Amino acid sequence: MKPPSFEYSRASSLDEALAVLGELGDEAKVLAGGQSLMPLLSMRLAAPRHLVDINRLSELAYVRTTAEGVRVGATARHADLERDADAARSQPLLVRAVRLIAHPTIRNRGTVVGSLAHADPAAELPAVLALLGGTVRVASVRGTREIPAREFFLGTFESALRPDELAVEAFFPALRPGARTSIVEVARRHGDYALCGVCAVRSPDRVRVALLSVAPTPLVLDVPDVAGAAELARSSVDPTPDIHASAEYRRHLAGVLTERALREAA
Amino acid sequence: MKVRLVVNGVPHDADVPARRLLSDCLRHDLRLTGTHVGCEHGVCGACTVLLDGRPVRSCLLLAVSVDGQEITTVEGLAHDGALSPVQQAFADCHALQCGFCTPGFLTTITAGLRDNPHPTEDDAREMIAGNLCRCTGYQNIVAAVLKAAGP
Repeated sequence: MKPPSFEYSRASSLDEALAVLGELGDEAKVLAGGQSLMPLLSMRLAAPRHLVDINRLSELAYVRTTAEGVRVGATARHADLERDADAARSQPLLVRAVRLIAHPTIRNRGTVVGSLAHADPAAELPAVLALLGGTVRVASVRGTREIPAREFFLGTFESALRPDELAVEAFFPALRPGARTSIVEVARRHGDYALCGVCAVRSPDRVRVALLSVAPTPLVLDVPDVAGAAELARSSVDPTPDIHASAEYRRHLAGVLTERALREAA
Repeated sequence: MKVRLVVNGVPHDADVPARRLLSDCLRHDLRLTGTHVGCEHGVCGACTVLLDGRPVRSCLLLAVSVDGQEITTVEGLAHDGALSPVQQAFADCHALQCGFCTPGFLTTITAGLRDNPHPTEDDAREMIAGNLCRCTGYQNIVAAVLKAAGP
């Protein structure tokens, strides 16, 4: 239960981090909060040659809210977003989703952008970003680009980040006037990864849900008919069974939680 | 790699490999064995310390990553030989039996009561939700949180 050996560099500026990533490419792994990466290292499920620690990039430790929405920098912790009153007013879904992530102690260190880059299909924030149509800004020595959520999540633990790129900011659009959002999930224990979760946005002209933990990437569904939403969710998912739940149970949850999320957002 | 950790107000220098976990650095390099190591992958909470005042899992941090930062371990809670209010409440309420998980609970609750000095019982349960105890069934730990908070 100890991490394997690796080379370590602690970046003191964004340029320095990008230069190291540019040089090392896929031999390097970015260390931000490390609340997912460190267990992977300790259990020897990952063995990168080089870790690039970005925790000292305090210029990226921001949560900024404007009329458009909430921008979260790469070293802002989950707890920073959870406690940000402006962000909660702009998009109430963010705080509610963050409170479902593990426990307060983990949220003190884990980062919002790291949760997106990790692309865990059971994580809340990728589904929230996909539901809201947010974006991830990534940077490398070659320049920066803005990746829409639907193009960012490619598969289980797989994002559109290239080996020399660093995810520097996430953008979550503000709640539109007249719209409401919700998130519900079922987990074995408080703070565990969800067996299934659903976040929803309802406005007069649009009803949309995003499901987590039932597909390799967040599953976004437009709901033309709220009465048929549960059936739509059930027929749209093809979950894989694992030690925690059968495929059949996850499909059942997808229907129940879709109904519940839409009721909460009504 | 050389690191300097300010643990309970005292600077400590150590020369550690990059892969050294903070929990191991505290216990093996600095000989501060009050911080206990349970699951070593972030689930049990026994190794919780305060990093610049915030509770974090020391088994999910590299010592080199927190070079120069302030750390409070369970050894830093008592002052002048007197137990801290949280420690005293644990003793009074029988909130520990074997004591393995206790350092993590004490650090977590110390920070929790600083952020929320007057928790409800629900708040107290949420405060300790990330820490596992296999002896007490948690009831007496919740009682200790409420007792430490005072009337």
